[in-house]
Amino acid sequence: MDTLTAGDGRREAGPGQGEPGPAARSAGVAARDSYGRLLALLAASTSDLAAAEDALADAFERALRTWPSQGVPRRPDAWLLTVARNRLRDQWKSARAQRAVPLDDGQDAVPYLDDVDVDSIPDRRLELMLVCSHPAIERAVRTPLMLNTVLGFTAEQVGRAFSVPPSTMATRLVRAKKRIKAAGIPFRIPDRADLPARMTSVLEAVYGAYVIDWATGPQDRRLPSEALHLAEVLTTLVPGDPEARGLAALIELSAARAPARVDAGGRFVPLADQDPSLWNQQLISRAHEHLRAAHARGQLGRFQLEAAIQAVHCARGRDGTTDWPALLTLHRILHAVAPSLGSGVALAAVTAEVDGPAAGLATLDALLEEAGEHARRFQPARATRAHLLDRLGRNEEAIAAYDSAISLTHDPAERQYLEHRRDRRA
Amino acid sequence: MRYALLMHYREPGEGEISEEAIAEAKEAFGAYGRALESAGVLLSADVLQPSAATTTVTCRDGGLRVQDGPFAETKEALAGIFVLEVPDLDAAIGWAEKCPGAQWGVIEVRPTATAFVGGAWTR
Repeated sequence: MDTLTAGDGRREAGPGQGEPGPAARSAGVAARDSYGRLLALLAASTSDLAAAEDALADAFERALRTWPSQGVPRRPDAWLLTVARNRLRDQWKSARAQRAVPLDDGQDAVPYLDDVDVDSIPDRRLELMLVCSHPAIERAVRTPLMLNTVLGFTAEQVGRAFSVPPSTMATRLVRAKKRIKAAGIPFRIPDRADLPARMTSVLEAVYGAYVIDWATGPQDRRLPSEALHLAEVLTTLVPGDPEARGLAALIELSAARAPARVDAGGRFVPLADQDPSLWNQQLISRAHEHLRAAHARGQLGRFQLEAAIQAVHCARGRDGTTDWPALLTLHRILHAVAPSLGSGVALAAVTAEVDGPAAGLATLDALLEEAGEHARRFQPARATRAHLLDRLGRNEEAIAAYDSAISLTHDPAERQYLEHRRDRRA
Repeated sequence: MRYALLMHYREPGEGEISEEAIAEAKEAFGAYGRALESAGVLLSADVLQPSAATTTVTCRDGGLRVQDGPFAETKEALAGIFVLEVPDLDAAIGWAEKCPGAQWGVIEVRPTATAFVGGAWTR
């Protein structure tokens, strides 16, 4: 919380982007934490994120100007908050004097901000996350908005992650922030009756950072670590929410395997062929802590199930085998609790491992039949179908299925892998 | 099958888009072009000059008529053409979705009826 490294206070947004060594990395994480906390607090009273961002950017700028000569204050966050708060108040005053800008409820907020005990800065990031994933905010912009406001990533960084030109992303973010202010979306924890549904959209937006797929070419996939951070923040804000824990575990288990996912030659390595010694044990045990905490609540949910599935896969690192029957049970429950095309395809793939490829193919085809038109463009379904036909020795059909999967695959490493599989059958 | 991805969007006014935004769009199109090429599906890609630069030619009313400006004034103008060779519409839609122009305009995905390849119109 009290870390702010040089270069972290760029005008655009708080924390910087370099993450070389572990020390710099943890400094970066701390800076992001403090950025999100300060922004949430500054914006909470007015719902004006843009004004809060400007004020905070000014504070960071002043810190960079004065700290090197005057020394870093004892409580950097409190210092930044005070400076940013004064800046906001100046703006309100000048707006009142000029009468050019209509005043809103912002005035009332001043006493509230003054009341803040800077020694124990309250954390309103959960409210901020609820605002970002509010039903009145367009679904596609929720995750970018969270990355931008809660973690302080610039529009450029977020745009890059989503393969959207930075200025387009910036426009979307600005529009969403205007909407939050204009529509008066409150920084408030909703009523008990509304909370579960609202938490679900918070979780989905965090999940959105994890599933960003794609690249038009080999690109540095940084987002998983950012998704990881977002999920971790959420678990500290709602430690008792089993699904938030489940989501953090899911992202950690998946991130743990990232180093094994591509081989030295840049080729895609499917899960079954991955070398478990390359998996990150620290992330795996952190995920297990979350899962234990989640299960203690006795409330099953989609993300816990997905994490449990990943945990079973990761157990191969311990004893060298995969417990397929356990996976089948978990996939069946998951598909019943939260049915989706993805859960169905995964169920078919696991069915094939337990009951043989013919049973898997039957499950898959039944699913595709039922899902209809849009399932045809679902790449994982195509790829799974190709693998199953391949295993059944139905070579011609397998080759055609590989072709169809390849035509829908935009990731070069995975495409190369599928082409390799196809060519072995040809 | 050959598909044309036709990008349509509102033409920006002079100076309406910053140099920076133009540079970003170029970068996005660069990445897109390389992705199409590495997947082996790209036949051609052209981004067009604004419609102010266009000339319309017709002989349908008898003699030659050459006219300044586009065939039809529309709010959203044709801005670029990618021609792809992909197995089916689903694959074409998949690539259209990744086209940077889809972020600010619409992409019309149209199969070509015939193409002049190797000295003859294909069937």
